[in-house]
Amino acid sequence: MATVLAVTEQRDGALRKVSREAVAAARQLADALGGTVDALVVGGPGVDAAGGKLGEAGADRVLVATHDTFGRYAPDGYAGTIAAQVKAGGYAAVVLAGTATGRDLAPRLAARLDVPLAVDVTSLEIAGGKVRASRPVYAGRAIQQVELDATPAILAIRPNTFAPAGSARAGTVSAIDAVPGTARVVVREVKAAERGALDVAEAPIVVSGGRGLKGPEHFHLLEDLARALGSAAVGASRAVVDAGWRPHAEQVGQTGKTVSPQLYIAVGISGAIQHLAGMRTAKVIVAINKDKDAPIFKVADYGIVGDAFEIVPKLTEAIAKVRAG
Amino acid sequence: MKIAVCIKRVPDTETRVKVGAGGVAIDEAGVKFIVNPYDEFAVEEALQRREKAGGGEVVVVSLGPDAAQETIRTALAMGADRGILLKADAIPADGLAVAKAIAAELKDGGYDLILLGKMAVDDSNHQVGPMVAELLGLPCVTTVAKLELEGGKGVAEREIEGGVEVVEFALPAVLTCEKGLNTPRYPALKGIMAAKKKPIEVKPAAFGAVRLTATALTLPAERAAGRIVGEGPEAVPELVRLLQHEAKVL
Ligand SMILES: Cc1cc2nc3c(=O)[nH]c(=O)nc-3n(C[C@H](O)[C@H](O)[C@H](O)COP(=O)(O)OP(=O)(O)OC[C@H]3O[C@@H](n4cnc5c(N)ncnc54)[C@H](O)[C@@H]3O)c2cc1C
Ligand SMILES: Nc1ncnc2c1ncn2[C@@H]1O[C@H](COP(=O)(O)O)[C@@H](O)[C@H]1O
Repeated sequence: MATVLAVTEQRDGALRKVSREAVAAARQLADALGGTVDALVVGGPGVDAAGGKLGEAGADRVLVATHDTFGRYAPDGYAGTIAAQVKAGGYAAVVLAGTATGRDLAPRLAARLDVPLAVDVTSLEIAGGKVRASRPVYAGRAIQQVELDATPAILAIRPNTFAPAGSARAGTVSAIDAVPGTARVVVREVKAAERGALDVAEAPIVVSGGRGLKGPEHFHLLEDLARALGSAAVGASRAVVDAGWRPHAEQVGQTGKTVSPQLYIAVGISGAIQHLAGMRTAKVIVAINKDKDAPIFKVADYGIVGDAFEIVPKLTEAIAKVRAG
Repeated sequence: MKIAVCIKRVPDTETRVKVGAGGVAIDEAGVKFIVNPYDEFAVEEALQRREKAGGGEVVVVSLGPDAAQETIRTALAMGADRGILLKADAIPADGLAVAKAIAAELKDGGYDLILLGKMAVDDSNHQVGPMVAELLGLPCVTTVAKLELEGGKGVAEREIEGGVEVVEFALPAVLTCEKGLNTPRYPALKGIMAAKKKPIEVKPAAFGAVRLTATALTLPAERAAGRIVGEGPEAVPELVRLLQHEAKVL
């Protein structure tokens, strides 16, 4: 019997990167409990369970539940299918990814199973046989540790915080039954944002711009920089979102998205406390600002004082050169 | 239209967080409390729907200490009709316990619509809305940024990574509100006066078991003071070198 269930996430039939992160977190718990990991793939017919290399990330088994109505996110059907597997599998914990989908799904699942849920989890441990989870609260200004006293413990992990730790397992694929139930809500359509655009909440690198960029017409400087960096998304401060320069989906901060990328580059952003709330957990922060006293420099690992319009194109050029090898 | 709105009393978003004596919660001394910002979108949406329907009732429900009556008053001043305080000395960290108490209150209320915020800005639990929906067996759409209601049916839009989901559902339903859904009104003086006379019913919150508890609250490690690499474009090569060889992020 497996110990921990990792719920993966797919879009258009392809597993998303957070799936491996969920498996990695599940692996960590399973190792602490001396058990095994099942990874569950829920999707439409033809969903690619193997492409995500779930075994490599630490899954002993990969269970696949497909249904005609599961191509797009189907809240009731997904929750019903996962709940049925959890009841059958007798897991100690269930790990989901804290994405837009995972945050919607996890509470439905927890309520159906009548067990508590911790969301936005950044670290996990087992203490006295119980799951303890740490998670940022107060918009990142404090870290709360919670103990879940129920079986299974449901956990939604924060993207970009768990990584596979070289504990590959077999990842044997088998099919399980889908439980579509009654769909009380139906996703009729998914309007895609700009093609191939990465979301700030998930991108490993985020390049954000603030009022210092002077106008929407200058954000191409950041788009160029993001392109030079590779897997990078463009983010924005609230000031520029409120001004209508950039869409709300790109806003980083307390009333926007919370991001934990490997690299966060803040350009022309002063570093207000509400902005810092959304990005202070980035691994490396770079700030470019013409005011040497801007608060952003207090949290930045590396700063350049000066005019973004002179610095950013040079940076883009230099990075393109480095990446070209 | 009969609409319930769940609102939480939370510390002002500008609050400097200090850990309280027990080490598991914040020190509330001197902290100003507000209506959870996402719940303001929910209140506003309810008021607009009531206005559009040309009648109905907007009931605000808050679970919390006595002081949450002030939070309820704010929503009443915006224009809600009456309030219910589910009284609890402390709000449990266990979102399911909170959801159970709220669902028990709303169960037989005959609501067409139940609105909540997408999350509370203190605990960022992101869960009470969909849990209430499941407990009541109602359709639920979370993080709604756009909403159309017509003849008992609804279409909502919610942001997902790299796109927008268009979701259909039927009333009665539970929705959680995202920024951008509307622009919450400020209570006018007239509203503030009127709110004083609006009823707030106080009853004990019925949680059931609390099975998720906070065991510690700590402040995040201060980021080590960074370094100014240099001034102007001349500093770019050194920055790139540091990113590549010291931080190893390129
Ligand atoms: C309840 C609440 C919630 C909020 N939520 C958020 C949130 O989620 N996200 C968020 O970002 N903010 C949020 N804010 C707003 C926040 O307080 C700030 O107002 C906002 O972050 C400022 O944006 P900014 O840094 O782009 O602009 P400013 O503060 O105006 O800073 C612009 C910076 O650009 C620099 N600059 C100017 N010209 C140049 C140049 N040529 N080259 C380089 N640098 C230059 C300036 O020195 C300055 O530091 C919130 C506020 C409240 C009250
Ligand atoms: N104590 C509470 N009283 C009333 N509503 C609440 C309470 N806690 C949470 N809610 C509602 O549930 C939403 C999500 O909260 P949370 O799941 O705690 O992030 C909030 O925006 C409120 O609408």
